[in-house]
Amino acid sequence: MHKRLAVFAVLGSLAACGNPGSAVDGPPPEAVAVDGAPSANGPAMGAQGATLKTVKARRRLVCGVNQGLIGFAYPDNRGRWRGFDVDFCRAMAAAIFGDPNAVRFQPLSSKERFTAVVSGEVDVLWRNTTWTLSRDSGNALDFAGVNYYDGQGFMVPKSLNVHSVTELNGARICVQTGTTTELTLADYFRARGLKYEPVVVETEDQARANYAKEACDALTTDVSQLAAVRSTLSNPNDHIILPEVVSKEPLGPAVRQGDSQWRDIVAWTLYATILAEELGITQANVDQMRRNSKDPETRRLLGVEGGMGAMLGLSNDWAYRIIKAEGNYGEIFQRNIGRTSPMKLERGINALWSTDKPGLMYSPPVR
Amino acid sequence: MSDAAVTRAPRLAPRLTAWQWARQNLFGSVADSILTVVVAIVFGWLVWHALDWAVIRADWFGESKEACKSGGACWAVITARWRQVVAGYYPEGHLYRVALAMLFLAVAVFPVVKRDLPAWSALLAPVGVIAAIAILGGANILPSVPTDYWGGIMLNVLVGLTGAIFALPIGILLAFGRRSDLPIIKAFSIGFIEIIRGVPLITLLFMSSVVLPLFLPAGVNLDKLMRALAVVTLFSSAYMAEAVRGGLQSVPKGQREAAHALGLGLLQTTGLVVLPQAIRISIPAIVNTFIGLFKDTSLLYVIAILEVTGVIRQALSDFSWLGLENEGYVFVAFVFWVACFSMSRWSASLEKQTGKEAKPAREPA
Amino acid sequence: MGRGGFMERMGGARGLLAQGLLIFGLVVLAVWLSGNAGANIEARGISTGYGFLDREAGFDIAQNLVPYEPTDTYARVFLVGALNTILVASMGIVTATVIGLIAGVMRVSRNYLGRLVATTYVEIARNTPLPVQILVWYNIALLLPPPRSALGADGVAFLTNRGVYLPQLWLNGLADVAVWGSVAFILAAFFVSARLRRLRTEHGKGASPHWGWAVAGVGVLLAFLGTGNPIGIDVPHREGFGFSGGFTMSPALMALWIALSFYTGSFIAEIVRGGLTAVAKGQGEAARAIGLSEGQTLRLVILPQAMRVIVPPLASQYLNLTKNSSLAVIIGYPDLVAVFAGTSLNQTGQAIETLSLVMLFYLACSLSVSLFMNWYNAQSAVWATPR
Repeated sequence: MHKRLAVFAVLGSLAACGNPGSAVDGPPPEAVAVDGAPSANGPAMGAQGATLKTVKARRRLVCGVNQGLIGFAYPDNRGRWRGFDVDFCRAMAAAIFGDPNAVRFQPLSSKERFTAVVSGEVDVLWRNTTWTLSRDSGNALDFAGVNYYDGQGFMVPKSLNVHSVTELNGARICVQTGTTTELTLADYFRARGLKYEPVVVETEDQARANYAKEACDALTTDVSQLAAVRSTLSNPNDHIILPEVVSKEPLGPAVRQGDSQWRDIVAWTLYATILAEELGITQANVDQMRRNSKDPETRRLLGVEGGMGAMLGLSNDWAYRIIKAEGNYGEIFQRNIGRTSPMKLERGINALWSTDKPGLMYSPPVR
Repeated sequence: MSDAAVTRAPRLAPRLTAWQWARQNLFGSVADSILTVVVAIVFGWLVWHALDWAVIRADWFGESKEACKSGGACWAVITARWRQVVAGYYPEGHLYRVALAMLFLAVAVFPVVKRDLPAWSALLAPVGVIAAIAILGGANILPSVPTDYWGGIMLNVLVGLTGAIFALPIGILLAFGRRSDLPIIKAFSIGFIEIIRGVPLITLLFMSSVVLPLFLPAGVNLDKLMRALAVVTLFSSAYMAEAVRGGLQSVPKGQREAAHALGLGLLQTTGLVVLPQAIRISIPAIVNTFIGLFKDTSLLYVIAILEVTGVIRQALSDFSWLGLENEGYVFVAFVFWVACFSMSRWSASLEKQTGKEAKPAREPA
Repeated sequence: MGRGGFMERMGGARGLLAQGLLIFGLVVLAVWLSGNAGANIEARGISTGYGFLDREAGFDIAQNLVPYEPTDTYARVFLVGALNTILVASMGIVTATVIGLIAGVMRVSRNYLGRLVATTYVEIARNTPLPVQILVWYNIALLLPPPRSALGADGVAFLTNRGVYLPQLWLNGLADVAVWGSVAFILAAFFVSARLRRLRTEHGKGASPHWGWAVAGVGVLLAFLGTGNPIGIDVPHREGFGFSGGFTMSPALMALWIALSFYTGSFIAEIVRGGLTAVAKGQGEAARAIGLSEGQTLRLVILPQAMRVIVPPLASQYLNLTKNSSLAVIIGYPDLVAVFAGTSLNQTGQAIETLSLVMLFYLACSLSVSLFMNWYNAQSAVWATPR
């Protein structure tokens, strides 16, 4: 008899647990706030403005991030998520709720990341994802900008005396499987009639271990990761990153297709940080700038005049909240992956367009 | 026959002095002696080095690998992240709920461990599991904690137990179905069991993470962990069915006939006479199935569910702990070993016990 | 079951109702699921069907037993992955059996330390998760010396953390004909000698079963001589960045192979131990009494009897090993799951199609093993009859 009851119990419990995301969202680990908002179900797909409504009702942003990638997204010893992508998630939460901690991080494998966005499991994907035509057009995804311009490169030990990728004919090259990197590598060598032996690994840390123990002659991945790997090697100066960057890897946030208001919010969160850097607004001086600045664009960005936030469906001080919480683009960069961080990445093409060594970072005007 | 002889043998054997014992067990022949010496040296060397690395020269605490200077294992990576190892990213102030949930899970398995409770106590199992999930999730009473925050060893235990407990009733139905005279039910049961047992769990987990969302109506979002739980439950139900089938086969036919003769109906015969005996006999097999399932929970990190292996791998991709793979994997292996080894001992002792209990019925005194 | 009418076979009115409900439920579920899937797939613009199998894959595969280029199709990718799975599974099955046999015998040996070592091994290997074991072995494989200080010598073999380089049989020209011809001869010999053996045991007459094998030997010889002996040996030597020539076993393959062997070996050891203890004690004592040595007793008396208990559960261990080889995905060994349910799935986005093909492959494997086991059990019933 009881076995039948048990079966009902299974179904019952599965049904009861079917929608935890729809119930009240939990406190992030670091700030336990007990809230009890009414349940709001998954977003109606594709409906204009539906995502923001859902997020607001849930009182929490759900952000898809990498399971663990140096510099970009990883939990620290206390369980707090850190990293470049993670900070943009927090910036969005600050813009929407005024609280950078009103965000839940959902770690996603590379296989499931797009499914998770499309099915509404996450509101936005900040997961070092390359913007490509096939991804943008198919799969019902939209990209909302580029927060890091990356490219695929190669690293070799100096002792090999190799100065260009073309000299790597016949080499064993470590490459992560299931990525665009793998395809680009095949294309690049095939186009030049070169041979190579792929040493295929599943994760970044395995690639690092293989290269560090000389299980392959060269390592190929995005240049940002190459630099990170180099800084972890026992003697970083014994390794060089070859000059060729063989692919464009613009990494950026992705959202479900069909809700352009939500796409705008994601895009302008990014633009606000870039524009703040252009205008010299930092986390430290944002309060002072807001009070004293005479510059009209600064005043519009920080919500002193113009009512720009309302046009996005946010409050007018949205950008002020972002910068107050996370700082401008340069600060986010330096903190997580820049020269002051263990990654020690140069700004390179990710510098502002207006600096001495111009880069690609450019924000449309706020007006 | 031989079982009884083997267990009795030590008592009958004369007491040996240490030297006699060694003569018999270590230096029985020249080949034996050589083997003994070689094995002793290699084994001793291995054990010594393992101890030296893991205990004697180990560092236990610190905030990053810089704190580890002694050259042995750097257990700081575990201790600094003990909360994640135990419960994933569950909010700090709410850890009591994890403890409470574990308590409910313990209640849930109580009827299995303590086997002389009345049959209705089996109901405790699903109730306990549902209560544990409700406490962890909040169930609209406590502040809700979404499943992304669940993790660590807690999640291995939860998924393992939930999968096993919900799989058992399904497995029992399938086992009956497989023995049924009704052709369609029989075919369905065999087909289900053999298909599930024929494919690797990892492909089913990929199904749950990538394909299952496609099969749900638009806008309905079954939580990722719950999808994985559903798949794990179905997966282990096929194995449970085979474990229970073994038990059903060993219930003597006379039991069924006797129940019929007493005027019990089919349902009563099955529920009151056949099933209790069959379950009792198949408990060791069920426990072994559970051990397999528990080990399999370490696969969940492949679909980015952060059970203990996943949490450890995350720690290893943090700058502070790069390159500590040995410590991480040895720790995970140790955690699983402690759990699985003790369970397998227990199941072996059960097996002996059931064997003994069953004996008198087959061998007239 | 008797011949009875339709109603009777269906278990009367109640049985019919129950089964009708089951079918109805399944149909409703299938319609609902496929309806949802259809809507979702359309909404997301995912292409459907198996047309992608003819498209160019575009990525490289680190280990291919048949020729493969990135310009080949996804169907070819499936073949390459499936062969890689079969390779590591068959390697694992052989070594796991050897390890299991040794450890199983050691567990009942008279030497205490032998028992201790075997018990320690079994209890560690079967009580820790296989994924963790694979990761540990992978780390160990990387600890081998780098190519500069490789162990080994030119023309023989090398042991490095880039893999093991071994001499390889080298085939050309009519090699295919020679190899397949030999395989055909050997298979034929197998069946012929089985048939002869059965004739002998059932009727006590007929030719010796060894004739089948003699014919096969001659056939194989002819196949190779007739095609001009297209086989040579290719040995590894240092060249360029590392080594060339010979057969390379990657660290991933090594780690997977070793982990699968030791993991499954521990289960086989328990099966072997069970089989050995099931052979009545008197058998061993009798064998020793007539003057057989310890080894002879085991080989000639105990093992042959134990085999009948050992073989059936062994088959399910082999099947488990094959399924477990799918864990290759965690260290990047290009097995079927990694290349097809991994890279190909990522490229095409066609999760349903790729995963179902992979599952079908494993189902086919387990089906063929079951069939083989049925055949084997029937055979061993014949062998078991006294001659």
